[in-house]
Amino acid sequence: MAFLQDPTLIVEWLRQLLLGWGLSPALTSLALYVLGALALATGPLLWVIFLIWFERKAVARIQDRLGPNRVGKYGLLQPFADVLKLLTKEDIIPAKADKFLYWMAPILSLAGVLLLWPAVPLGKGIGGNVNVAVLYLVAVGTLSTFAILVAGWSANNKYALLGAFRTVAQMISYEVPIVLALLVPVLLARSMNLQAIVAAQDVWFVVAAPLPALIFFVASIAEVGRTPFDLLEAESEIIAGFHIEYSGMKFAMFFAGEFLHAFTVGVLGAVLFFGGWRGPGAEAYPILGLFYLWLKAFLLYFVIVWVRGTFPRVRIDHLLDFTWKFLTPLALVVLMATAVLDKALVRAGAWPRALGLLVVNAVIWLLAQRWLRKVEKRLEPPMVAQPGQYPVARYTPPEPQAAEGD
Amino acid sequence: MVTTFVFLLTAVVMLVAALIAVLKDNLVHAAMGLVVTLFGTAVLFVLMEAYFLAVAQVVIYVGAIAILIVFSIMLTRRVGAAWGAQTNPTWPFALLVAGLLTVLVTRMVRAWAPDQVLPAAAAVPADITARLGAALVDPNGYVVPFEVASVLLLAALIGAVYVAWGGRKAEKETHK
Amino acid sequence: MDSTWVFIGVFFALAPLLAAAPIVIGHYLGPSKPNPIKNDVYECGLKTVGDAWVRFKVQYYLFALVFLIFDVELVFLYPWAVAYDMLPTFAVLEGLLFIVMLLAALVYAWKREALDWYD
Repeated sequence: MAFLQDPTLIVEWLRQLLLGWGLSPALTSLALYVLGALALATGPLLWVIFLIWFERKAVARIQDRLGPNRVGKYGLLQPFADVLKLLTKEDIIPAKADKFLYWMAPILSLAGVLLLWPAVPLGKGIGGNVNVAVLYLVAVGTLSTFAILVAGWSANNKYALLGAFRTVAQMISYEVPIVLALLVPVLLARSMNLQAIVAAQDVWFVVAAPLPALIFFVASIAEVGRTPFDLLEAESEIIAGFHIEYSGMKFAMFFAGEFLHAFTVGVLGAVLFFGGWRGPGAEAYPILGLFYLWLKAFLLYFVIVWVRGTFPRVRIDHLLDFTWKFLTPLALVVLMATAVLDKALVRAGAWPRALGLLVVNAVIWLLAQRWLRKVEKRLEPPMVAQPGQYPVARYTPPEPQAAEGD
Repeated sequence: MVTTFVFLLTAVVMLVAALIAVLKDNLVHAAMGLVVTLFGTAVLFVLMEAYFLAVAQVVIYVGAIAILIVFSIMLTRRVGAAWGAQTNPTWPFALLVAGLLTVLVTRMVRAWAPDQVLPAAAAVPADITARLGAALVDPNGYVVPFEVASVLLLAALIGAVYVAWGGRKAEKETHK
Repeated sequence: MDSTWVFIGVFFALAPLLAAAPIVIGHYLGPSKPNPIKNDVYECGLKTVGDAWVRFKVQYYLFALVFLIFDVELVFLYPWAVAYDMLPTFAVLEGLLFIVMLLAALVYAWKREALDWYD
């Protein structure tokens, strides 16, 4: 069981096996890369099938429903039935669509999410070790944006294009706070390598940078396009949004991409702010590190599902105001404060530094709250009907009836 | 060997994409061709082990500039239909100039390459990005261009917003 | 070449194939009975007027523009953050000045109502 302590032994064993079959060293390396890539890509793809079940079940419970419960125990086989159904659906291609781009969009959408994975460190010495990983994530994220733009445009449907435009405006707007928030862990770890960022988290960065963590998390939900930021599929306005003309497996790829992206946000949040694979015993047994990472990512993912089941959809002007007029300035201020304080406390130990940054974050948050309240008062007049105005319905609970016979 | 193969593949894809960008009369297709070309440039940077440059290329050119281009195409005219001719009457002269330039560059490269012993590629230091960052804000390095770039970008934003946007009121006036 | 980047290269080649495989399988497994009405544009049952490739409002362009400026500037800041240990106080201030310029850009766009959504 030596491979539990050093998973690279598996790779070595495979290499020897392939060499033993008479493959040349170069070909062996290539075969190993392909095998690794296949494993890393199919793992998340299969995991999505479970995620779909989990999310349907969780949202159903939040909404006081049962959720899938017919196929298999607890409806566990439901997603498999869905996959079979989607596979045998007719693949409708609109006559007026731009055929090539119409085919490319769903592929790009899912591939864009899968491509985030090679940068993720899965344990000590396993998984991504990319020197510019954080920017790599941002760069790969642009593929998803393009997929949506291409999907919306190629279908030649007004709703699809409207949905795509909205979505792209939303995605690029929320990318600004994300990129700003990502700068903070990079600054704290002095590296863009996610493996180094994990290694630097003797104290989880969420302690030193709670606001960037929150900004990253919220903006990422918007980037994925989930409730409450799911304007891309505001059914009452633009029907299904950019994927309105997609059916069968092509639609399923968008769907799978969205679910996997949501979970990937959980993984990235865990890596950047919650210590990644770190945990008791993870140094000695990297497999344990994988488990810790998965656990943290799953908890974050659960919060995303929870948010989805709880909040109503926001309006588009509110949506854009929220990122440009709140998250972005907030992220800029936090970034400056972190930069200054980090330089000032450079000689302090890990904990004092983290706690100092925590205090600064708290102060900024309180100031932001005060400012928000002020703006709130100016923007929204209280919703009370005034004489001469259009009446605003307001529910007033009936007065409790006085008991009779008094 | 592998590097050469990937380079050649990328080069062919980039050339085809560039031709699409220039020759297609469907503007969105042309824009997509441009995107592939820009992405290919990033692949070339990776081959040269300039990783930061590669991701920066994708983030800035593919992620921002290409989207801006696609947006502006969709904003300015009906893009579904083919629009106008792809060439103007002077195209033979342009072809001639381009051809001559190609010959010239090829000759120059051929004349130069055999005599030169290319220095062995130096190993890229591990902290290359950190060095870049330090050089950007080093008073003896590039601090002036760095700060000027920020002023330039600010000016670009002000100019662009000024030209494109008259404010909500003015915009409502023009749409009445 | 760094081996992780070779791996990423392989991944870049494989990921689209993996995403395409189910689509292609589904394309051939499912029935194919196209007819003009089924293949028409779905716009809530109304007859479609023209194609969808029409002009859009300038607002989208403005957001893309502001985003572009931010994107370019932020990419510059990443090496600065990575180099933080090597930086003297002066260099840190240089970076902060850079961020202040970003803030100024944001304030300008904000005051000009370029960030307001209008109908």
